[in-house]
Amino acid sequence: MSVSTEGGAFAELRLDRVRRAFGEHVALRDLELTIKGGEFVALLGPSGCGKSTALNCLAGLLPLSGGQILMDGRRIDTLPPEKRGFGMVFQNYALFPHMSVRRNVAFGLAMRGVARAERIRRVDEVLRLVQLTEHADKFPAQLSGGQQQRVAIARAIVLEPWLVLMDEPLSNLDASLRLEMRNEIRRLHQSLGLTTVYVTHDQEEALALADRLVVLRDGVVQQVGSPEQVYAHPANRYVAGFMGYRNMIPATVSEVDGDLVAVDVGEVTLRGISRDRITENSAVAAIRPSDVSVADREGENTLRGQVEIVEYHGREQAVQARLPGGVPLHVRTRSRLAPGDSVLFHLPPERLLVFGEHS
Amino acid sequence: MTAPTTAPPVSPPGERPPGIAHRLAERGIDRVLLLLVPGVVFVVVLFAYPVLYGLQLSFQPEEGGGPFANYERFFGDPYLRDTIWITLRLAVPAALFNVLASIPIAYRMRGAFRGKRVLTTILVVPITLGTVLTAQGLISYLGPAGWFNKILIGIGLTDEPVRLVNNYWGVLFSLIITGFPFAFLLTLSYLSGIDPTLEQAAATLGADRRRRFRHITFPLLAPGLAITFCLTFVLAFSVFPSAYLVGLPQGETRVISIVAYESAFRDTDYPLGSAIAMVMALVMLVVVGLVLVWRSTMYRGATGGKG
Repeated sequence: MSVSTEGGAFAELRLDRVRRAFGEHVALRDLELTIKGGEFVALLGPSGCGKSTALNCLAGLLPLSGGQILMDGRRIDTLPPEKRGFGMVFQNYALFPHMSVRRNVAFGLAMRGVARAERIRRVDEVLRLVQLTEHADKFPAQLSGGQQQRVAIARAIVLEPWLVLMDEPLSNLDASLRLEMRNEIRRLHQSLGLTTVYVTHDQEEALALADRLVVLRDGVVQQVGSPEQVYAHPANRYVAGFMGYRNMIPATVSEVDGDLVAVDVGEVTLRGISRDRITENSAVAAIRPSDVSVADREGENTLRGQVEIVEYHGREQAVQARLPGGVPLHVRTRSRLAPGDSVLFHLPPERLLVFGEHS
Repeated sequence: MTAPTTAPPVSPPGERPPGIAHRLAERGIDRVLLLLVPGVVFVVVLFAYPVLYGLQLSFQPEEGGGPFANYERFFGDPYLRDTIWITLRLAVPAALFNVLASIPIAYRMRGAFRGKRVLTTILVVPITLGTVLTAQGLISYLGPAGWFNKILIGIGLTDEPVRLVNNYWGVLFSLIITGFPFAFLLTLSYLSGIDPTLEQAAATLGADRRRRFRHITFPLLAPGLAITFCLTFVLAFSVFPSAYLVGLPQGETRVISIVAYESAFRDTDYPLGSAIAMVMALVMLVVVGLVLVWRSTMYRGATGGKG
């Protein structure tokens, strides 16, 4: 398959204060985002955060309430979906049930008036790419979920679109198939270089696939950055919670020294990092369960807790302990603990992020 | 691992084979089947028996001449025979119009929008009117002294009132008014069963509104439209009261049910009346059969997005 796209690749796609309201409810508030050609961007957030709205606005399936979408400076938000030349993979695949796999994939080419011989060649090529050649004459109902998903992807990419939009494409698959298809999507992106916008609520999926993440909450962008940036340096406590900082310990700020912060949790003082120049007095100290370790003696950044629940996870245990203030602490550890144990936990200062309570 | 080689025989001694009730239940025969009794009684008493009785009656002509004399008489007498054509000429256009007219309205109304219930109610209310009320309305609206003609004459489009009742048109309008709600409700439910993301997918693949309908919605809707056509056709083919009330029962709306009625109850020739009723059923069966054969060539599976 040739790498050049049908209308020529674009250099950048700019979403300029894109806004969408449903009656009183604003689903997407002034989204600013620039997508470069060839990039893989993931929109991440829980359901209702506006990520699917953003995707539908890009596809032209929802008109904007405000703002504009520009492709290399040319406005495209006024174009109907059929004129945009974007490929879309729907959450429920939306395969045409009355057409064979081959006709499903060929549909977009037929709509664009591609000649028959060329159509057959390209459909064959893309079916080979998604490993569905032997199923070409079956109907969607005769395929498994993963195969249907691959048809949906093939149908979108056979047009070599400027932009591929994927709306939670893996959410209807079971866990092992989801991993396999995730690899597949990554492989297709690497080999074809198609610019992709991918919507998901699964942070692992987003981290694994994307070049850049956009974390959304209630229609507002929380953070934009590379997977490393978002994973290691979440911008606020909301993003941190989404990125696996499961422990949020309420604390009071006692000392600020540049990035370094000291906070009081009950009697104990914890040292941690704050990147957003904390101004509030009340804060939360956030840490991932896997960053907490079991300490053998009292020292800096240690807290005592009572073990309540222990789950066996093979090499590790997932432990839920309770701190003196009644706050739960989640820990993943290789140490063998039992419910009722009183244990000293160490929270490494370089892994402890402090956010203002209202950040 | 369970112990190998010592598996018990299929029917160990001391264990009785399952009882007959249990074995019947495994084949789906149990007391739940009793729920079917009212339905079976209904079909036998109110459908199968009258049909079979009428069928055998139609082979016993009053004036003799062999079992097929009534049928020979019907098809030999143009006055009787032509009623098939007269009725088809009313029922087919009425059913076609109802199906075709319901498509765009149902298409527009399948989503949720403000006032949908009010609009649906307005469209469906004619079901409750009954033929007599509809006929009365048609006469007072479309009759020679009705508003419609008054307006036409008032704005000078015509000098003479246009005849729209007590002829072919009156009956056709009546069939459309009473048949449309059925067609609309059926089409709406078939259309609502088609996943709207299919059209969105077609749009992102470059299909404009017209081609989305032609390649996606219509092929998925067509089997439902065939059923809708059959039902409204059967309703229209058995037209009787409106053919009298707003038609010309001795002329161009002399439909087949009128001659069946007149033979049986005016001339008290029950066997001939039965024969005509059988012909009527046969014509409907042929039309419905043709439509269903055509339907069997279409895709009839699920119309959701996952196929």
